[in-house]
Amino acid sequence: MDAAYAILALPLLGTAILLFGGRRTGDPASGWIATAMAVGSFVATVVVWASLLGHSAASRTVHKGLFTWIPVGSLHVSFGLQLDPLSLTWALFSSGVGSLITLYSIGYMKGDSSYGRFFFYMNLFLFSMLVLVLADSYLFSFVGWEGVGYCSYGLIGFWFERNSAAVAAKKAFVTNRIGDFGFMIALFMMFGHFHSFNYSTVLAPLASGRLTLAGATATGLALMLFLGAVGKSAQIPLYMWLPDAMEGPTPVSALIHAATMVTAGVYLVARSAPILHFSPSAQWVVASIGAATALLAATIACGQDDIKRVLAYSTISQLGYMFLGEGSGDYGAGIFHTVMHAFFKALLFLGAGAVIHALHDEQDMKKMGGLWKYLPVSSWTFLAGFLALSAIPPFDGFWSKDAILAAAWHKSPALWAVGVVTAALTAYYMSRQFVLVFGGKARWVDRAAEHGAAGHEAGGHAGGRPHEAPPVMTVPLVILAVGSTVGWLMNAPFAGLNFLERWLAPVFPARIAPSFAVATGTKWAIGTVATAFAILGLVAGLSAWRRTAERPALEPAVLAHAWYIDETVSAAASGPLARLASGVSFGVDAGLVDGLVNGVGRLAAQSGRQLRRFQTGYVRNYALGIGIGAAAILAYLATRMGG
Amino acid sequence: MIQSVLFAGVGHLAQSGSGCLGPNGTSITGLCTSDNSLHMPVAYRSILPMLVLFIGALVLLLVSALLSKRSRPGLYPVLSTAVGLAALVASVWEWYDVGNRGVSTIGGQIFYDRFSVFFGVVVSVTVVLASLVSDSYLRREGLDGVEAYALILLAGTGAVLMAEAAGLIMLFLGLEIMSIALYVMAAYHRRRTESGEAGFKYFILGSFSSAIFLYGVALTYGATGSTRFQDIAGYLARNTLVHDGVLLAGMALLIVGLGFKVAAVPFHFWTPDVYQGSPTPFTGYMAALAKAAGFAGLLRTLTGALSSQQANWRPVIWLIAVLTLLIGSVMAIAQRDLKRMMAYSSISQAGYVLVGLQAGSAAGTAGSLFYLFTYAFVIVGTFAVLGLIQGPGEARNDLGAIRGLARRRPGLAMAMLVFLLAQAGVPLTSGFLAKFYVIEASVQRGQYPLAIIAMLAAAIAAFFYLRIALLMYAGEGEAAGPAPALEPAGGGAEAAGEAAGEAFVADGALTAGLQPVPSLDGATATLTWEPPPEERIAIPPAVAATLAICVVFTIAAGVSSPIIDFARHATAMI
Repeated sequence: MDAAYAILALPLLGTAILLFGGRRTGDPASGWIATAMAVGSFVATVVVWASLLGHSAASRTVHKGLFTWIPVGSLHVSFGLQLDPLSLTWALFSSGVGSLITLYSIGYMKGDSSYGRFFFYMNLFLFSMLVLVLADSYLFSFVGWEGVGYCSYGLIGFWFERNSAAVAAKKAFVTNRIGDFGFMIALFMMFGHFHSFNYSTVLAPLASGRLTLAGATATGLALMLFLGAVGKSAQIPLYMWLPDAMEGPTPVSALIHAATMVTAGVYLVARSAPILHFSPSAQWVVASIGAATALLAATIACGQDDIKRVLAYSTISQLGYMFLGEGSGDYGAGIFHTVMHAFFKALLFLGAGAVIHALHDEQDMKKMGGLWKYLPVSSWTFLAGFLALSAIPPFDGFWSKDAILAAAWHKSPALWAVGVVTAALTAYYMSRQFVLVFGGKARWVDRAAEHGAAGHEAGGHAGGRPHEAPPVMTVPLVILAVGSTVGWLMNAPFAGLNFLERWLAPVFPARIAPSFAVATGTKWAIGTVATAFAILGLVAGLSAWRRTAERPALEPAVLAHAWYIDETVSAAASGPLARLASGVSFGVDAGLVDGLVNGVGRLAAQSGRQLRRFQTGYVRNYALGIGIGAAAILAYLATRMGG
Repeated sequence: MIQSVLFAGVGHLAQSGSGCLGPNGTSITGLCTSDNSLHMPVAYRSILPMLVLFIGALVLLLVSALLSKRSRPGLYPVLSTAVGLAALVASVWEWYDVGNRGVSTIGGQIFYDRFSVFFGVVVSVTVVLASLVSDSYLRREGLDGVEAYALILLAGTGAVLMAEAAGLIMLFLGLEIMSIALYVMAAYHRRRTESGEAGFKYFILGSFSSAIFLYGVALTYGATGSTRFQDIAGYLARNTLVHDGVLLAGMALLIVGLGFKVAAVPFHFWTPDVYQGSPTPFTGYMAALAKAAGFAGLLRTLTGALSSQQANWRPVIWLIAVLTLLIGSVMAIAQRDLKRMMAYSSISQAGYVLVGLQAGSAAGTAGSLFYLFTYAFVIVGTFAVLGLIQGPGEARNDLGAIRGLARRRPGLAMAMLVFLLAQAGVPLTSGFLAKFYVIEASVQRGQYPLAIIAMLAAAIAAFFYLRIALLMYAGEGEAAGPAPALEPAGGGAEAAGEAAGEAFVADGALTAGLQPVPSLDGATATLTWEPPPEERIAIPPAVAATLAICVVFTIAAGVSSPIIDFARHATAMI
């Protein structure tokens, strides 16, 4: 069980090594160090997991103290780890998929001038994520939460020389901050109510029924926590940062979208299940926001031309599914989908990275095509990821999405309908992406030639034909493809293969997550309908885009521009809001706040100027000062004489 | 010489203090058991750290007398460090010993309790750190020799004695032993007039404050009939003074005398001049040591002997704390000399310890002790960094010298950043917890206004700490450019701060010798930074090791809590 410390210590060690020695270790040693630490962390997680399996199901929550930060009176803040099925699930896939992504990056980032810095952030990112999930209190989780936010800022803006990257990093950071405020308010409310942040003090009594929570408190707390989740997991209305986060190197996108960061919100909601239980309205909010986001993002993904943007919107959409599952009360389904998504989304991003790598930084799908014969490994693995995301049986996505849709049906057929339509759209945009990139005619030839020697984002490659990535990049692809194809077996709804469900059962006792039975016939019907819709979308996408890359009717500008939401926000922000802001800035800020600040500064200066007169350099004046001080004290105490 | 003073003092007091009986007829252990009233059983283990430091100083002097001059330049710092470490080991051993055997006194004049031992640890650590950082500085300035280290050890001896003192006379003896050594250390740089001036000023004002302190001792004795803390406390507990004017006057003067040592406003005037003029590593030592010892004396006197007078001294300390916090922070903003800035910063830091003292509770005392312990690392480290970047002859102490440090020496800049953040009170450094503990203690006693002022002062102070940090990380290209005040990003406060800084370039007029600056107007000329020095800063291994220790401790103490438990146990005074 002491391996738990190694889970955190190894990435932290890697961070320290790369921080201080990143320049010296250089390329590729930095990458190998980071990978070794990530893999070590994964191995440690597996060891802990195995030892937890040795416990009986009811006693699979182990606390490991780290240190006491503030031990004062009623405020006792100590940091420790909580190892339970939920945190271990996250730690397993975060460190596992994170290791593969780090390995892949060794090849992808080859030749980058800031090679060491990249892997420093990768390890720190992983470390922060593991702190987030393994922490035993909301406060300690918040430390990881902020760490993840910081690392995403550093990685999205990794090529900060590019203006767009710097802007995207800022956007991600600011949007996340809004969610963070929700989290912070939740922390304050929690402390006010429970006088503690610890999961064991806050959640355990709620889960075991020793304590109940008034509806209003539960709703407020749950919604504030969910606001944090919305920011981190890119849900309506705080999703805009995620597509822009594509400015980072592609492995970063994979890391953010699959293994870390965005799933943190899903984790937070799952962790807070005992609080959500006392607020049906908050559950409805979670489910509705999830469904709405799933649909909205899926429609936008249909109109995107950038290979990574399609995947980014698909992530938003899939995260919506996860929240739909959680809001519907089936946390197991939401988590199942999160794990499956980690496999296939990491695969898709890394595959997209391989394509971009092969085409010398080309990201426009309209300028790809026909890559099937040039990139065999990437194509086959991408195919697996594509089918998994499109929820085609028997790939991963089918099983997890099916579980969510069943839960949604139980909650409300309307939510289910949204989910099914989204499933069709998902299959459509993914098949569109697949044929545009790998099928059809090659539309890249001349471009590759002309861009041959021009700066590849990961260093200059000679021009010519696209070529398959080196093994360090394809091996992770193959592993993830296998995971995307057979990973579902960890929670198959038949033959007693529902390992994940049983593993998670102690975290979600029936008291806080009432199990519901959907009749077998209904299940079949739901699965069939969903699959039919998915195949419909798949066929539509294939037939529409197989022969041509230009179908303006199918790509209305409104979709390409993401319903103009970003523009509207920008216009609002740069129009009335900017006027308001500049009003505030020049009126309130320059006038009042700056006035105050300057006033304080001037007061400091002025009082300093006056005080300076006493600092004459004359010893006699100093002595006089001491004398006056003594006299003042004596005078004061004289008034208290005889008291 | 000092030895004879010390032991003659002990003997004399033991002899004449009150004969064989205390003022109330209590017999004093050991004094009456022998016809020879000078015979007093001394448990040497209870003053072990002090003995180690003191004998170490003698050994150092002896060794230097036996060896030919300058034959072993590197020997003395090593010896001094070893003595400091031995004192540290002795203190740690005492910590357990006092736990096993319980507290005791030597003739009612020396306390052997955890409070004493705590300061034994603090002082030993400070001695070790100071010995490590001083060597390279002294060699660079051509000042190396045995005297510096002997002075360091003697000052430490006095500081430990102050913490161990069980009476006002012992307190005074410790104060003088420490102070005289510090006066000499301030003046140690023979070729810098500022240094001589600093020593001279410190000496005159120190003597002045010592005289006030002594007068306070006399008045307290007059009011209570004893100079021993136990007897004073006992007397005040048993009797209600009808005329307490003498006692209050004595208390006021004691506060002044000790307030001078800890650089509390308005007894702080010497601080900027002395800190600026003293050799840089000694400044750090002085700041850590004199504050720790002065506060040990204040805590012993006020929360120990005069705890019955809380209602009277707490308002006084309240006012001094507020003034110290605010004036320290405000004046620091105005400085452009790094050492001077850190001097005001140290004044402001003393304000927080006063906040803990003002609480007059165990929690407040624990907070103050934690503060002093952690501050020792921070301030020695800070001045060690300043000692490196100032260059030979202390050529560059202005803010411009630290500009772009991060590019030239990233490790050094990182260490300095940690110290600055700690002083600003940023979480996950010891400074945050230190401020937190004293303010928490203050709040527990219902002192909300004081707590708010303390936080406000921290906000003001953060400005100049972060300005130094910003300068370190500013690009080299801007080094010779205009001051931040002229950059749009600087903002209003920055401009105000700059303007203020400009106005006080010559504050204190150290450079003008003992003459005051005739006018400020001449100083408001252009705002340009002198470019930082070009030559590469060499970091000697001993200094690097010290900085590493200080940084690690500062972060570790900010992350975890055993130090506060240590401080909590140490609040148990006799």
